[in-house]
Amino acid sequence: MSNIEPNVTRETAALLNRTALTRRLVARLKAEEAVVAGIGHTNFDLWASGQRPQNFYMLGSMGLATPIALGVAIAQPQRKVFALDGDGSILMQLGAFGTVAATAPKNLTIVIWDNGAYHITGAQKTLTSTTTDIVAVAKGAGLQQAQWAADEEHFDALVDEALAGDGPRLIVAKIDHGKPAGVTERDPVKIRLNFMNGLGTRA
Amino acid sequence: MAGETTTETWEETVVRVLKANDVSLVSYVPDNVLARLIRLLEADPFFTVIAPAREEEAVGIVTGAYMGGKRGIALMQTSGFATIVNALASLACPFQIPLLMMISERGTLGEFQQGQAIVCRTMRPVLQSLGIEHFAIQERSQVEFVVDGMVRQAFATQAPAAMILSPLLTKRAA
Repeated sequence: MSNIEPNVTRETAALLNRTALTRRLVARLKAEEAVVAGIGHTNFDLWASGQRPQNFYMLGSMGLATPIALGVAIAQPQRKVFALDGDGSILMQLGAFGTVAATAPKNLTIVIWDNGAYHITGAQKTLTSTTTDIVAVAKGAGLQQAQWAADEEHFDALVDEALAGDGPRLIVAKIDHGKPAGVTERDPVKIRLNFMNGLGTRA
Repeated sequence: MAGETTTETWEETVVRVLKANDVSLVSYVPDNVLARLIRLLEADPFFTVIAPAREEEAVGIVTGAYMGGKRGIALMQTSGFATIVNALASLACPFQIPLLMMISERGTLGEFQQGQAIVCRTMRPVLQSLGIEHFAIQERSQVEFVVDGMVRQAFATQAPAAMILSPLLTKRAA
């Protein structure tokens, strides 16, 4: 597997934009891949990128985007599944990295947008703004295919590798404090039914 | 469904009823009372068994699997149930997920840890305030009827369900 920028760190990673990266990710999804978005701006930007039937938008349960995506990946091993979440969210559920590593679903990729802040509540700092490195935590938990995105092109390349190869994988992008491009419509049952239609599981 | 036999343990009955209802994913955080059930589930290739770090993860995993077309159940102890309230209130309940939970009840009828006794008293008020169907199985003879009925109702009504394993079932001498 080609790692174009194998030695990227949080310090050397370019400062990217979540809205732009979400659109770049979604543009590369051609095979009805499932995308599970955690709460807050992660979720809003996925919504704003176009309401694909295979998108699931959490409305609470902070930290559970990765476990939900793991469940989808186990149920549908032939479908690629992406979990999108923020640094504040994954910091609440770091054990999920170990669970994913131990379960080793080939079809699961976790994408973390790291802006070092709880942006939606007033940009209070998270632990990633000081000492915690999400990629290092994930590797320590056993998720070996974990990388920082060096820039937009490298992010695209990492997504392409995830689509073509086996997981589980983690892609972490250092992002700015840009506002999301929209707001998710908060109708839980509609969200679930659309998602299940998209996955072909609605009875 | 095959009839209950007197030689079956409660754990064997649970395994049989889960299989009969096509509940094939199990996610658990262990405790002593669940140990034999977990061994049976892990030994049976019908089941995919995931042991995450926290009970909340189990709620997420079972929820995702359900939406992906695979039925699952989360196993936990009373103290673990106390950690998942936000996930129930913001995920399982509003999204109408038939989240099956099997909770081994600690903290009553001979508990020695004060913390377990105190957290146990929060379980039923929480289940009631969230409007979650729950039933404590106390007798060996109730296992098949209760588990089968609660599993079927959860999927028929798109609602979470909590099957509580009372010490009367799991600790009392036969």
